[in-house]
Amino acid sequence: MKFWNSVAAIAWKDILSELRTKEIISSVLVFAVLVLVIFNFAFNLAPDLILQIAPGILWVAFAFSGVLSLNRAFIPEKEENCLEGLMGCPVGREAIYVGKALGSLFFMVLVEAVILPVFALLFNIAVLQSGLITVTLLATIGFVAVGTIFSALAVNTRAREMVLPILFLPVVSPVIIAAVKASAISLNGQSWSDMTIWLAIILAFDIIYLTVPFLVFPYVIEE
Amino acid sequence: MNSTQAISSAPLAVETSGVVKSFGNYIALRGIDLKVPAGSTLAVFGPNGAGKTTLIKILASIMRPTSGKILIEGLELKDNVELLRARLGLVAHQSYLYSNLSAWENLDFYARMYGLDDRSKRIGEVIDLVSMTGRKHDRLSTFSRGMQQRMALARALLHKPPILLLDEPETGLDQQALDAMWDIIKREEDGRRTIIFTSHSFERALAVCNDVVILERGRIAYKAQACTLNLDGLKQKYQECTAAVKK
Repeated sequence: MKFWNSVAAIAWKDILSELRTKEIISSVLVFAVLVLVIFNFAFNLAPDLILQIAPGILWVAFAFSGVLSLNRAFIPEKEENCLEGLMGCPVGREAIYVGKALGSLFFMVLVEAVILPVFALLFNIAVLQSGLITVTLLATIGFVAVGTIFSALAVNTRAREMVLPILFLPVVSPVIIAAVKASAISLNGQSWSDMTIWLAIILAFDIIYLTVPFLVFPYVIEE
Repeated sequence: MNSTQAISSAPLAVETSGVVKSFGNYIALRGIDLKVPAGSTLAVFGPNGAGKTTLIKILASIMRPTSGKILIEGLELKDNVELLRARLGLVAHQSYLYSNLSAWENLDFYARMYGLDDRSKRIGEVIDLVSMTGRKHDRLSTFSRGMQQRMALARALLHKPPILLLDEPETGLDQQALDAMWDIIKREEDGRRTIIFTSHSFERALAVCNDVVILERGRIAYKAQACTLNLDGLKQKYQECTAAVKK
């Protein structure tokens, strides 16, 4: 119970702080919408071709806006020298990881909730599909789970904005590839059974990405 | 029996033996042995880079020692780290508070992290203790350095820690603010709190501490009871310790 109270406190603190500054949400949303608009003008495709290329465009917007968002996960703690304050609290380091990941998950889901209608409008594709929403949520969990640990790693480096995508994107690419494939199946109106294999891949990576960072985070954060 | 003797026979609040901390090839602490009786105040002096902050961070369990043993209230720190963190309060160079949150929100966050039961009551008490009641809903970013340091003290005292670690708490504070800070520290626990603080102020140390330690290049170069020292004697010892190493 104490663990989850601490997790909730950290996540709520991050959300409250972000609601005050809107640093992450505003910059990430502008970036994501720009990506969609540029792709929309760049590819003047027939409707059947759009369905082939649109999932990739959607996940480019999600992935790169997610990287921007995750970049900020630990920077405020570092800039305000509050990480040591957190580390001095009577909770396990794992609670810090889970709290930070939950905060990042909230921001990313919020951004996705805004991007999806814009995507639907620009590409004239129906996005209110249970398959697409499930894929998006599952992939986002894995994305944030592994991204949070890389964000903690990158925050102690000088070129942290560059270090995070270089380290993180190769590791998270299986989830992104599976999400693109599963999203394409969903947008094309195919059945759940057609995307089972891709959902299984995303789920498997979610489990790995939730377990390994949870175990290694105490070592990442301390030295 | 004077107060110093009474303190010496008290159980130990903090005990370290052979604490070493290295960062790659650089050795910050080279075998620190300390015994701090419960209820006493220990001042740690040393030039920049002597290892004072590293020692405080290790005692606060923010940093792990490379080797050595640390006992807090008789329990080994590495085996009881979450339990013992709740027994420690830390005031460092930084306030560890978030500039976008108000004074109250910051303390409420830490109260939740420490699992305090009656959060509102205790937050009200410590805000009142540091005389910040009138600004409790203002954001930290609007506070002066002195106010932020008072809030840092409020954060450190929030969970009523029996052991308080202060890392150069006088940084950025004027004399009046310093007096107020020590008054708050001493007032709350009726002198029963164990305090370990690093400082560059010999006058302050002699006024408040029972024991004095001088660190030099990660070693304890000098250790004495404050009652055996006067200001000139302490300054002389400090110069001898630091000059000996320079040679």
